[in-house]
Amino acid sequence: MKTLTADVVVVGGGSTGAGVVRDVAMRGYSAILVDRADLGQGTTGRYHGLLHSGGRYVVSDPHSATECAEENAIVTRIQSHAVERTGGYFVATHVDDPAWGDDWAKGATDTKVPFEEVSVAEVLKAEPRVNPKISRAFKVEDGSVDGWQLVWSAANSAKQYGAKILTYHRVTKINRDGDRVSQVVCTDEKTGEEVRINTNFVLNCAAAWGGQIAHMADCPDVQVVPGAGIMIAMNHRLTNSVINRLTYPADGDILVPVHTVCIIGTTDQKADDPDKLQIAWDEVQQMMDCGELLVPGFRNARAIHAWAGARPLVKDSRVGSGDTRHMSRGMSIIDHSERDGLKGLLTIAGGKLTTYRLMAENVVNAMCAQLGETRPCRTADEQCPGSEDKKNYVITHRLEEREHDRTEDQILCECELMSKGMFTRALADQPKGSFDDLRRQLRLGMGPCQGGFCSMRATGVALQSEHIDIERATGLVRLFLKNRWIGIWPILYGDQVRQTALDNWIFQGTLDVEHLPGPTHEEVV
Amino acid sequence: MNPSEGIEFAQTQVARASLDHCVKCTICETHCPVAAVTPKFTGPKFVGPQAERFRHGESVDHSLDYCSSCGACTLACPQGVKIAELNGQARAVMKADEMPLRDRLITQTTLMGRAMTPLAPVANAALSIKPLRTVVEKVLGIHRDAPMPHANTQTITGWLKKRTRTAPAPTRGPIVFFHGCAGGYFEVETSKKSIEVLEHLGYEVLVPKQGCCGLAEQSNGLFDGATAKVLKLCDELRSSGRDLTIISSSGSCTGMLKHEAHEIMGVDDDRLADVGTRIRDIMEFLLELHDAGELPTDFAEIPLTAVYHAPCQLKSQGMGQPAMEVLKLIPGVEAIESGATCCGIAGTYGLKKEKYEIAQAVGKPLFDKVREVNPEFAMCDTETCRWQIRKGSGAVVEHPIFLVHQAYGLS
Repeated sequence: MKTLTADVVVVGGGSTGAGVVRDVAMRGYSAILVDRADLGQGTTGRYHGLLHSGGRYVVSDPHSATECAEENAIVTRIQSHAVERTGGYFVATHVDDPAWGDDWAKGATDTKVPFEEVSVAEVLKAEPRVNPKISRAFKVEDGSVDGWQLVWSAANSAKQYGAKILTYHRVTKINRDGDRVSQVVCTDEKTGEEVRINTNFVLNCAAAWGGQIAHMADCPDVQVVPGAGIMIAMNHRLTNSVINRLTYPADGDILVPVHTVCIIGTTDQKADDPDKLQIAWDEVQQMMDCGELLVPGFRNARAIHAWAGARPLVKDSRVGSGDTRHMSRGMSIIDHSERDGLKGLLTIAGGKLTTYRLMAENVVNAMCAQLGETRPCRTADEQCPGSEDKKNYVITHRLEEREHDRTEDQILCECELMSKGMFTRALADQPKGSFDDLRRQLRLGMGPCQGGFCSMRATGVALQSEHIDIERATGLVRLFLKNRWIGIWPILYGDQVRQTALDNWIFQGTLDVEHLPGPTHEEVV
Repeated sequence: MNPSEGIEFAQTQVARASLDHCVKCTICETHCPVAAVTPKFTGPKFVGPQAERFRHGESVDHSLDYCSSCGACTLACPQGVKIAELNGQARAVMKADEMPLRDRLITQTTLMGRAMTPLAPVANAALSIKPLRTVVEKVLGIHRDAPMPHANTQTITGWLKKRTRTAPAPTRGPIVFFHGCAGGYFEVETSKKSIEVLEHLGYEVLVPKQGCCGLAEQSNGLFDGATAKVLKLCDELRSSGRDLTIISSSGSCTGMLKHEAHEIMGVDDDRLADVGTRIRDIMEFLLELHDAGELPTDFAEIPLTAVYHAPCQLKSQGMGQPAMEVLKLIPGVEAIESGATCCGIAGTYGLKKEKYEIAQAVGKPLFDKVREVNPEFAMCDTETCRWQIRKGSGAVVEHPIFLVHQAYGLS
């Protein structure tokens, strides 16, 4: 058993938790962040990558629209390397009423979301694959953001201010001393060791899992309803700008170019358990139909991976419990001293990735208020590590880098142009990491072959690095392939079938991966 | 289509859709003659379906210029990825901003022929002066040892005007002949023999005034000029009459009309579609006649064993190697397939200072094979390839129509 001490414990390593730990650390508190898995492995890593301009909410949720517009500019500045300034369009397709554009434009003006009405010809010139039957278009400042890069850069900033980040630490209990929180008890998932953290304040940023965490502090019935949505990554960018349908927010109305892929999303289904999200066949079909509306021929393009994420929606008595699309997207802070008579615990949920920094600011303000302290928030003023040069991400950057180093440094993942050096450096930083942990940082196996070629190369290199032995190597590659498969089978049609067949021949036929002597306990995290 | 649309097409449409078919199998890389001899080229899979996902209509990977456009990758791909086409488009986008003067000059093949013909002896002599070639290399970047065409004193047009037609009166109707720039100015003998063989077979051969197909410009990324040229050529070839078969002995130019202008530059024009479907390579045409039982096979015996090399740009037309089949009909001729993917020259690629050594390395197995089989004589359908193989092997290299011509007793 290990005992640690901190002023504040942040539970949850998604965007909210990372933003919160950065904020508390910058305000001078000692802080520890714990997550049962890797950073950004929950909802943050399972979304469509859109950095909202605010345009989506100008009619349905004006307050969120303004927040998005303001936070978009801040995040684009302070975490420039995680954000690509793609720009975006709201387009009225042939099934949408162009007159609704007037309502939209009025909403955008009222909410101060920057926009410009542009001609259909201009859209088609910039994005020739967009449906030529669109009747009206507005240009907005949408961007795309790598959720993992965003979370790490916030976490790294927090570390610079002295915070500790403990991934793979599952909270099992929150202890109290009278009416105050006193201790967070965790299990180190990699070693099985119990870790106790003595603290005065817990900020519950576990989002869709927030109800479970509150329950551990004996604060029952916090209702965070997981609103499940599926997303599908297409093999290459069909558009280089974000394309939104000019309509009241609905399913499948956004296409976002992120890194080398573009992502269509999303659906919204009430889920019972955020750990058991389904990718239903009819939802995949629904996304394909939606994609076809935005980009004709979408169904013939190659889908490479699908996933589902759980929005943390705080239950709102105004809408029925099954209608998660229209539950509040806004952020909610639950003060458990008022609700449950427990001081030192705040739960935050709702909101969206674009406004993660503001959510953190608000919850840390609430904490300071409860503690009776005044410490101003500075997170909007300072660049995060890695973004010191203030340059935004561009899609061409890896191609340009490999152009210079490819003869000295072997390329392991050809689809995503990840070099051996990138892999071995990340592995040395994280010798106990799984290949999925490394994937989230390096995009290993996230291209069209979905690990078919790179995963065995990575396994060989990892083994050579002497951080792992042969049995662990086998375990890691099996786990990696198993996890890739979860996102492949729901979209197995067209070109991806050929790829999967080839990958299968390699792994089952040539390498017989299922029958290699593996570890006695199969890798699970 | 108006001129600037070519680059726009390359930036946006590309053969991108076909990259979805890539399963990363690497078969294309094993067929690439350039990647086999130099690490400067990253290989067709890398610059094609892989790099394209990172481009956003912008080409930051300058190594893609080492692609010779031979098309071996597209031909080999079992999944139908248009790899060479993708690369050609990406290169055009990359060079759009900084086109070297050299690449503008060496693509003006008609101009070169027109300028050199009246001065043939002087031009030929000048091209053999080493110090002059060194200056040319320094100033223009054309390698001092690169193979150069041999200028003729007479163009095909000059010959057609002055000659007396010896063949009997036509019995099979009219046919159009497309000679290309090289066939008009430099490799005039090939054009003459092709016309005489067609006339011997009973065709009335129409040779309209004709310009360049624009292939050299296309492969150098000069899409605007190439598009204008290919469409003008289509007009010229169509002026001889509707529905007539068009025959060419210029293997690579035929490919430009058949598929490259459309697939690489996105030229979507009825005139091109019309010419592209009517045009036949001359050996392809002879084989079609033979398959229909309409080719006289009263060939005289020619005792000859020699290498036949099918150029990359002929193979990419997807018609097999018709010359091999036709040569089999001539008693005594034993044509040995070169087995080489490419001779290295790939149009204008091997002329360039920075690519000359690569082109020579690509061609070496072919040169060796020629020397081993018959150091005196070899055959190849395309002009620039013949210049390259002549220079590399020392053999006389001619179009296979030479043997057909001889076997019919015409020479």
